[in-house]
Amino acid sequence: MGTRNYRRKTSHSEHGPGDGGRTGSWRVERPVLNTSLCIPCKRNAEACFMCWLFCPEVVISRTIPPAIDLEYCKGCGICAEECPTKAITMVDEADFTDEDKDKE
Amino acid sequence: MRDHKKLKAFELTDEKDFIEIRWHGRGGQGAITAAKIVASAAFVSGYLGVVMAPTFGTERRGAPVMTSLKISRRKIYDLSPIEKPDIIVVLDHLLLAEADVTCGLKPGGIIVLNTPKAFESYNFKDYRLATADITAISVEAGLPHGMVNAGIIGTLARATNLLGMDILIQGIEEEFRTRNPEKNSLAAKIAFERTVARG
Amino acid sequence: MHIIENGNVAAALGVLLCRVNVIAAYPITPQTPLTERLSEYVESGEMQAEYIPVESEHSALAVCIAASSAGARTFTATSANGLLYMHEQVQWAAGARLPIVMCVVNRAVGAPWNVWNDQQDSISQRDTGWIQMYCSDHQQIIDAVIKAYWLAEKVSIPIMVCYDGYILSHTYMPFDVPDQEKVDAFLSPFRPDYALNPDQPANLNTVTLPDVRMDVRGELAHGYMEIRYLLQEEMRTSLTVAAEAEKRFADIFGRGGDPYIEPYLCADAQYIAVGLGSLTYQLRVSVDVLRKEGIKVGVMGVRFYRPFPDEALAEALKGKKGVIVFEKALSYGYEGALVSDLKSALYDHLAGTGVMPMVQNIILGIGGRDIRTEDLTQALRAAAKSRVSRQPVWIGLKL
Ligand code: SF4
Ligand code: SF4
Repeated sequence: MGTRNYRRKTSHSEHGPGDGGRTGSWRVERPVLNTSLCIPCKRNAEACFMCWLFCPEVVISRTIPPAIDLEYCKGCGICAEECPTKAITMVDEADFTDEDKDKE
Repeated sequence: MRDHKKLKAFELTDEKDFIEIRWHGRGGQGAITAAKIVASAAFVSGYLGVVMAPTFGTERRGAPVMTSLKISRRKIYDLSPIEKPDIIVVLDHLLLAEADVTCGLKPGGIIVLNTPKAFESYNFKDYRLATADITAISVEAGLPHGMVNAGIIGTLARATNLLGMDILIQGIEEEFRTRNPEKNSLAAKIAFERTVARG
Repeated sequence: MHIIENGNVAAALGVLLCRVNVIAAYPITPQTPLTERLSEYVESGEMQAEYIPVESEHSALAVCIAASSAGARTFTATSANGLLYMHEQVQWAAGARLPIVMCVVNRAVGAPWNVWNDQQDSISQRDTGWIQMYCSDHQQIIDAVIKAYWLAEKVSIPIMVCYDGYILSHTYMPFDVPDQEKVDAFLSPFRPDYALNPDQPANLNTVTLPDVRMDVRGELAHGYMEIRYLLQEEMRTSLTVAAEAEKRFADIFGRGGDPYIEPYLCADAQYIAVGLGSLTYQLRVSVDVLRKEGIKVGVMGVRFYRPFPDEALAEALKGKKGVIVFEKALSYGYEGALVSDLKSALYDHLAGTGVMPMVQNIILGIGGRDIRTEDLTQALRAAAKSRVSRQPVWIGLKL
């Protein structure tokens, strides 16, 4: 089976996890959310969501609290960098046990 | 005492004048540097054909990467990627679950694996296996955590007997001349000693 | 001395050995490591050159044009869309007859975006008035850079040294780095006929009328057409000068061969594969396989694409049953540019002689699509049986 009947003639990609493969395996560091610092969590209101806006893999949800899909999070650290309250920190993947990893 | 028997050495014949080694690591782990050291050692040892090609394209830290190394007595004209390697070198055992690292590996081919797990916990039916806990060995040799690319060369040398350990050690010290040459070569030496291989 | 390095380093070492005075370049994959290496040479003082960082490829070549006009030996390098962005200045450098050497690290052009190898970028610059050389391995890259400066300065025509992105640029293999003394013996410092000089100001390449004119000294000066004719005339004679360069090079460095083409097992072959760059080396492996099957095939690499070595090619291909042209680029709406040029050369030299080979075009490796040696062998085997199609045949396509 080839691509002859693909619905477009050009390169086209839509936002969403997984368009770049299973990028979760690339992580050297994992983003970890501290809800006590996160604005929407503290106010229990839709606010901020800078992490959601900036995540290039579109793996952070616009929910309270924001949830990170580790299957596709590539560990780039952009969310941690953009978070205005430093609610997200990047933690070395080696600090998580293999069991944690298997759970992913 | 574990089985330290060497695997049968590789030999080039008229029929088979190529040895193909595929390296699997992660972006940033130094698989290219390791392959380059082995390439240079092969050239110094009289192999005129040495071609080393990393995965082409975007290099992403942490992403699985491959590097091809072809070694031959004669100049190599075919620069296409390796499809049927004789040897695969895996710098991170977690890659076994993540990528099809044994893809195309010839029956009887050798897997050189950095793993903290016991040799006995693996079962590759058609292949020969050599393991060492390079990550721990490298730390023991004084290297920062995660620097495994010199150590794995020791295991490769032990497993294949393809190139002389002295030439490889020279190559390691030359390549790392500005970055802990002795610690890197020590890691390779310890790895050579502690490699468990059978087949 | 032999070293093991990648193709970009081979090019950088060539530039270092040629004692280039001015380098201006803008990084683009897969050329980036080449310019990084050169900036390191300059930074460390190993190379006495001016490295001018610029904000675009267009500016990179503009800087080289200015520096070359002032009498400096200049170098730049680019790939794909960088080369396309430079295009206006590419034409300019040739019209201005400046002996700039540029490495084109061959890469597919967008859209869609793609960083991998094919040769559409340099092939699309075929008609700009630059000499184009194609390399098949790292030895040819470093040697071509050195030869290119000698030739460019001899004929006052800029040269693109083209080599395959990734396949050569990022692959490591052994090659010999020539001694500086030998390079100095081969290539003396750049002495331009004219260089910008504040004591005697001049305006270069200003509006030039359709017709000839009297200049301030009362001499009859070229019109635009004469200038362009001379470019064509000297492009053609540069074929002879290239042969001289090859001979000089062989005398000093002890290696070299045919300046235009690189034949492998062609003498007794009935079918010949023709191509540009590293692909022709890979084809040697297929030729070896088919020879064992008793099929008389050979392969010929074209080292000079412009000026086109039409005579040498026609001579080498006359009386063959078939010629199969493998290309990583094409002129959309027709076929590969090389096959068109080749057919034209065969027609010119062999029409009516009864020794005209059948010609088949194969398109492959576009945008870095893997080129499996088995597929090459299969394609060559099929083409040697009978002409498969009048149209170019695409191999490796997954449509
Ligand atoms: S680190 Fe943060 S921004 Fe980067 S992919 Fe993961 S969740 Fe998204
Ligand atoms: S950017 Fe920081 S504060 Fe804002 S929603 Fe995300 S984690 Fe919470």
